[in-house]
Amino acid sequence: MDVVIWSRIQFAMTAAYHWLFVPLTLGLALVMAVMETLYVVKKDPFWKKTAQFWIKLFAINFAVGIATGIILEFEFGTNWSNYSWFVGDMFGAPLAIEGILAFFMEATFFAVMFFGWEKVSPKFHLASTWLTGIGATISAYWILVANGWMQNPVGTTFNPDTVRSEMASAAAFWEVVTNPVAVSKFFHSVTSGWVTGGVFVVGVSAWYLLKGREKHFALKSILVGGLVGLAGSAAVMLSGDASGIHAAEFQPMKLAAAEGLEDGGKGAAFTIVPGIKVPHMLSLLATHDWNGYVPGINDILRGYTDNDGNVIPSVADKMAMGRTALDALATYRANRDTNPEVAAAAKAVLNANVQYMGYGHLEKPEDVIPPVGVVFWAFRFMVGLGMLLALVLLLTVWFAWKGKLEGYRWLLWTAIWCIPLVYICGQSGWIVAEVGRQPWTIQGLLPVNVAISSLSAGAVKTTFFVFLAVFALFLVIEIRIMLRAIRKGPEVEPGNA
Amino acid sequence: MSYEFLQNYWWCLVALLAGLLVALMFVQGANLHLGNRALDEARKRMILNSTGRKWELTFTTLVTFGGAFFASFPLFYSTSFGGAYWVWVLLLLTFVFQAVAYEFQNKKGNLLGVKGFRIALMINGILAPFLVGTAVGTFFTGSDFTVNKLAIANPSAPVISTWGNGWHGLEALGQYHAVLLGCTLVFLAAILGALYVLNNVDDKKTEAEMRRCIKMAAVPFLLLFISWTGILLCRQGFAVDARGVVSMEPYKYLHNLLEMPVVLVMLLAGVVLVLCSLYLGAFSQSRKGIWMAMPGTVLVVMSVFFLAGFNGTAYYPSCTDLQSSLTLQNSSSSRFTLTVMFWVSLLIPFVLAYIVYAWRAMDRKSITADEIESTDHKY
Repeated sequence: MDVVIWSRIQFAMTAAYHWLFVPLTLGLALVMAVMETLYVVKKDPFWKKTAQFWIKLFAINFAVGIATGIILEFEFGTNWSNYSWFVGDMFGAPLAIEGILAFFMEATFFAVMFFGWEKVSPKFHLASTWLTGIGATISAYWILVANGWMQNPVGTTFNPDTVRSEMASAAAFWEVVTNPVAVSKFFHSVTSGWVTGGVFVVGVSAWYLLKGREKHFALKSILVGGLVGLAGSAAVMLSGDASGIHAAEFQPMKLAAAEGLEDGGKGAAFTIVPGIKVPHMLSLLATHDWNGYVPGINDILRGYTDNDGNVIPSVADKMAMGRTALDALATYRANRDTNPEVAAAAKAVLNANVQYMGYGHLEKPEDVIPPVGVVFWAFRFMVGLGMLLALVLLLTVWFAWKGKLEGYRWLLWTAIWCIPLVYICGQSGWIVAEVGRQPWTIQGLLPVNVAISSLSAGAVKTTFFVFLAVFALFLVIEIRIMLRAIRKGPEVEPGNA
Repeated sequence: MSYEFLQNYWWCLVALLAGLLVALMFVQGANLHLGNRALDEARKRMILNSTGRKWELTFTTLVTFGGAFFASFPLFYSTSFGGAYWVWVLLLLTFVFQAVAYEFQNKKGNLLGVKGFRIALMINGILAPFLVGTAVGTFFTGSDFTVNKLAIANPSAPVISTWGNGWHGLEALGQYHAVLLGCTLVFLAAILGALYVLNNVDDKKTEAEMRRCIKMAAVPFLLLFISWTGILLCRQGFAVDARGVVSMEPYKYLHNLLEMPVVLVMLLAGVVLVLCSLYLGAFSQSRKGIWMAMPGTVLVVMSVFFLAGFNGTAYYPSCTDLQSSLTLQNSSSSRFTLTVMFWVSLLIPFVLAYIVYAWRAMDRKSITADEIESTDHKY
């Protein structure tokens, strides 16, 4: 395997691993903030003990999340050097805002939240708990602005003098910040974190109920965690609908791959699993029109006319225009200091074809097809598990509310099994988002084989296995410590247990 | 605001973040004392919990320092990170272990045991300042890379920045001047760590041990710092003219110092503050030396960055191809992006204010053995 493949595997592993810890951070932050608010408002020490228990688990999870976040940041530079230069100007402002607004907020107030129970007032402590979660959420927004831009590169101008994408105006900045893909991705990701947090709290609490321990604590935790999870599930469905529309509009190949749709058309059917289809459903989901046109993989390769009447060129034509753009770029740079007229003409050609410049690096039209099977099944796992999780949350909260939950042992066991399932669900979602946009690091502008660093495959292979060993070690330790902390329990007052 | 002003402004902020990062490496320096045989377990636990409440600030400053470089000078990020691969990966690994070591080390089931994670913290305590120092040292010695922006139009070899050798940064270990700076930072971190513990932990035995350590580390620190500075001021530097052409200039950094009196004053003020902190830590009863050492360190590091980047100097020079050297002008983000970031950066005083507020609230009382014994919320 070459350096591109190893770089992709390493980055995919790091990102997937990071996403094991982030959603629980986002979700648990909200759960424990609500619990601590109940403590401050009601002045009931039960809620303080309850919040402290979940904060203890939060802290175990938080450390690995931070550790893996910095690896991703470094890998942008170490393994994706061309990409770093190409996007640096676009990501500059979002990253500056993330660093200044979010990172320090999280770091500062996490320390107060964890160590400050006896050192600061209850209200200051409560503010610190909320600010830790808010900091994590703000951070998520800005990093997803960057990710959203890679899926839908708006507000950018290619500068042939610097050979990179640049942000040229306040309007462009606003376009990047309010990029619809980024906004829906933010809501989808953060609220899926709420689902993760809710499922985790409900699952752990269900275990206590099965063991006949900490009943009051477990039932109250299920109500808070379950409601947070349910709110997350509702928001995930709404933002998921928006994501589908955006994929159809900005990344039709991703949608075609997620559906395994070779040949599209009007009134396209949605495939639940191979062999079972719902007529017109795909058109409805992708375009909000019963008879909307959805292109398939072959349509995209051959070229098609979209729902607004725009003629989309074939991939072969885009590749030809991309190569014209790359040739014009070379001509422009060779002549800009010596022959201004030739340079100006080349620049005009470049500008006319620049939107397809990335296609100039492809070898054949089929290179634009992502691994269809992976994306197809990941999408089904995501949707199917998401619906199952919502149902389990709904049932547990309902029966807990009615005081009958302990009688439904099958439901308690299901709630426990939902903990691994919620992680599979989240990972599946990112597989759809990231594998589905291959071969692009930046949609249409920069394919992965041009985004890399000048490294040997051996060097990246070495670091891949080093990180693999470190990640495996940390995961085993994390799970062992987490399980011990859960087994030990919250130690609420005997009267409350 | 002119483009040149914005580029200089962001170099100042990168320098400030670098200064804060080095000053906050008191965390790394203090963790070196986890291996100190003169301290018993209870005292080591106090040190661990003392740095445990601050390590995230150092870590976040490192992340923000990297992010600021990426945002304001992306060509440095792509050239150095993609080129000096092993240096950055090593640094990364030491910090990754540090990040989990606090939370994991005293928990049952952690596989590596207390000792394993403490060794990781001590490795981070030595390697983090050493690698950062050596990497910054190459700002003056140069590195083995070339930059060709047109490469991106060549599908067979599209990478813009390419490193000239397979060592990918480790060759800096052969550049004694860069290594000197790395070693200087290790001893500086040890001193900062001892001064911090002196201030933050209320225990007589620990205090005496920290004062002894400051005396021991001060001599090699001063010798290394004087040697590095002396060589810097005598060596050739990478000058860049108004057309952007890079050439070698004898005594370039001495010239920079003399031609930028503000930087000279900053450097001298920083050195005086650090010397005063050494006196307070080693020869007086005061526990407040850290409050002189940290601003002093920030001033010295900022002046070093100013010497590297201002007054017509290539801050990340290439010894393979002088014209590939990175300058503030050829490696920065666009004027518009730097402008947006400028407005965002005006929030920094607000951020600093809440950090100081939270820090003061948490450190109102020094850490004592009783507190560590009685609280559940500890590492």
